[in-house]
Amino acid sequence: MISPVVRRAGLAVLVLGLAAAPFLVDEYAIQTMSRILVFSLLAMSVNLLTGITGLPTLGQSAYFGVGAYTAAIVSTTVTDIGIVALLVAGALTALVALPTGWVAVRARGVAFLMITLAIGEIAFSAAVRWKAVTRGTDGYSGIPAVVPLPGMPSLQLDGLVYYWVLAVFLVLFVLMRLLVASPFGLALRGIRDNEARMRAIGYPTTGYALAGYCVAGALAGMAGSLYVSVQRFVSPGDAGFEIAALALLAVIIGGVGSMWGACVGAAVVILTRDYLGGYVAGRASLLLGILFVAAVYLLPRGIAGVRARWPVRARAGAQA
Amino acid sequence: MTAVLELRGLSRTFGTLKAVSDVSLQVRAGARHAVIGPNGAGKSTLFGLVAGSLPASEGSVVFEGRDVTRLPEHRRVQAGIAKTFQHSSLFLSATLLENVLLALQQRDGRSRRVLRRATAHRDLVDRAHLHLADVGLADRREAVAGALSHGERRQLEVAVALATEPRLLLLDEPAAGMSAAETAQLTELVRSLPASVTVMLIEHDLDVVFGIADTVTVLHLGAHLLTGTPEEVRASEEVQTAYLGAADTSELFPGAMS
Amino acid sequence: MGVLQWFDDNLVSMVDGVAFGLLLFTLAVGLSLVFGMMDVLNLAHGTLYLVGAYAAYSLSDGSLLGLAVALGVGLLVGAAGGVVLAGMTQPLAGRGHLDQAVLTLGVSFIVADVLASAYGAEVLPADPPSALRGSVSVLGHTYPVYRLVFIAVAAALALVVWALFERSSLGALVRATVADRDMVRALGVDTRVVLFAVFAFGAGLAALGGVFGAPILGPGPGVDETVLVLSLVVVVVGGLGSVSGALLGALLIGQVQTLGVAVVPEYAPFLLFGTMLVVLAVRPAGLVSLTKRQTA
Repeated sequence: MISPVVRRAGLAVLVLGLAAAPFLVDEYAIQTMSRILVFSLLAMSVNLLTGITGLPTLGQSAYFGVGAYTAAIVSTTVTDIGIVALLVAGALTALVALPTGWVAVRARGVAFLMITLAIGEIAFSAAVRWKAVTRGTDGYSGIPAVVPLPGMPSLQLDGLVYYWVLAVFLVLFVLMRLLVASPFGLALRGIRDNEARMRAIGYPTTGYALAGYCVAGALAGMAGSLYVSVQRFVSPGDAGFEIAALALLAVIIGGVGSMWGACVGAAVVILTRDYLGGYVAGRASLLLGILFVAAVYLLPRGIAGVRARWPVRARAGAQA
Repeated sequence: MTAVLELRGLSRTFGTLKAVSDVSLQVRAGARHAVIGPNGAGKSTLFGLVAGSLPASEGSVVFEGRDVTRLPEHRRVQAGIAKTFQHSSLFLSATLLENVLLALQQRDGRSRRVLRRATAHRDLVDRAHLHLADVGLADRREAVAGALSHGERRQLEVAVALATEPRLLLLDEPAAGMSAAETAQLTELVRSLPASVTVMLIEHDLDVVFGIADTVTVLHLGAHLLTGTPEEVRASEEVQTAYLGAADTSELFPGAMS
Repeated sequence: MGVLQWFDDNLVSMVDGVAFGLLLFTLAVGLSLVFGMMDVLNLAHGTLYLVGAYAAYSLSDGSLLGLAVALGVGLLVGAAGGVVLAGMTQPLAGRGHLDQAVLTLGVSFIVADVLASAYGAEVLPADPPSALRGSVSVLGHTYPVYRLVFIAVAAALALVVWALFERSSLGALVRATVADRDMVRALGVDTRVVLFAVFAFGAGLAALGGVFGAPILGPGPGVDETVLVLSLVVVVVGGLGSVSGALLGALLIGQVQTLGVAVVPEYAPFLLFGTMLVVLAVRPAGLVSLTKRQTA
């Protein structure tokens, strides 16, 4: 049994390690870590729908893209203050998720997956073709360095940007854990388990699914905003199908329903793409494809599922 | 007599099959009202129409003087109608406590809260414990519902329905598959419910029916055959004819087979 | 003036829309049947089109014989791919659609990578056979011959598929397997053969679409994704598991993607979603909904 003391100690080591990382590893590694954190937020957003609410999605790249473009536009034309871009991106994405989600949550299961996939693809084609807003395939480059809060200097170094991303990640991670354990989160899990019964005890389930959809959208949008802080560049590819597919893969690898599992899965996916992919130049998508297939056959319940099968605390994985 | 529930010409068709056909019925406030009939009589369909999980093809459902025919299921729950499922329908990955909490937090209008853990709402947790204790599951509240035995699931099924704090409780074969001891406990629980809760039940176990019910309605082939006291139903020749040939009637009519 | 003039102005787009719609049908019907019958969501469906289109590019030498060879090879490779996919997804039966989706996505990533390294990252031009090049004048508009031939062939193909599944005893067996697998098994039919056959058939059809469609939507990285999304939209709009639904949905989406884009180019990026939204708002289960999965 993993005692609470060991768990807390492990958590402390993890947070300390994350905090000390810029002093320990090179610049490319730090950029990769920032990308992992950003991608973890996106994976958590997918997990909120797929793992918690039981609505499998391949469309969160759309909201990631909306957030990224919003942040790019806010940063280049209005203000370089990061928190403003973050909040505007989150709010606007939630707003976009409302009508699109309204269509999606009328469906369940595979139909939901298909509709969200279409939403993602339409967002991608809008990013390419709606040039007045998105600048087409060129996208936005040379986005000014982020100033996290008013009065702070602009963060030119990757190590400092990493701290901004880490701070936002930690806040959002804690908020998501809270949300999943809250009455609202319990209701979303109820929809996953047994939607008919939820209606029979008085829940307007479609409304709850839509609310969950909007929260997930806002989370993906904020991840997109952070992505712009890290890359200082955004193009249609960042809202593409591959992003959505990889986010779903991260959730599958990590274990459906587990928030920390989604983050571990995100790390595996990004490391495979950006690190291993570097060793076999240009064949990253081959590696990812193999990872997809291997995850399904070898890790049927994900990393969190493997841990949960240890005799103790069998429910920890399902609840986290 | 004040009717808490009134069905007026209620019908439901599936394709060409008329599962419930022009049923009119009044359920008195505080009644323990059983609905019986051979298989295929339309009992479960009738409950579905009252609870709102099935839309009515014709007719109306009036609950506490208010026409609820067009209300969606979740609104009828808010109005005070709760239903258990013939086949246990629970939240299998959640604990027993969470199963009951889901109903309680919705009844209390707290299901949209996000800032505290669901299990940190102490008052709701305490009430959930009471509901679990009522069905004899108090000591299993941290177990996952998926780990329960069949009989225990039936008990939890009733606890979840009661946690919506209904004024009309529809029990669809609550004792199916329960052990004799569990059945006795369930009978006792239903008997102990306050008169402010009207109970309708479908049950094949006629010991349970006659142990609980003060009024019995017999359905046959979707149509209303008879409503009366248990004694009137036992004595009815019409009912005997409906049951004869359909199933073993010896239990209902001890004299008929000899 | 008015309606007639508008009609005349957009005739080319409309005919294009019919061609595109029929192409979409050959793609979507396989996806729809495989899901309806095998309960398998095949996200590698676009990859099958890509394989067919590359086959057309590699084997077409400008002669009709080259096209025929490409058709044969495409059909064979596609059907074999279908059997492989069916075999890969079989062990996942009962684990839900999410694992199938991720597995088939993985396959599509792998095949796309292999194809990209073999054929490069550019969209390749695939020319129709020389006998079918050039254009003819139709009602005062010049129109490519190949598209007209394509419309004729694809319409015939659609008719065959429709007749096969909705009107023949073979189709009846397939539909019975969809409705109640156990009952068909009890009648002494090996349902696994039926399931594999339908998967091979649907996959072969998608590859066939790739061979025929290459001059219209040429092979290149990302095309598999485009095809997949369009097929999914067609299936969602038309109704899952129905041949007539796939045809109706395909023709509608074909018009939206050509006529719609020509008439209101400023809304082009949103037309596809807008159409899906309107259809689902009016008919949540698609244009042709099968009620067989609903139980009372």
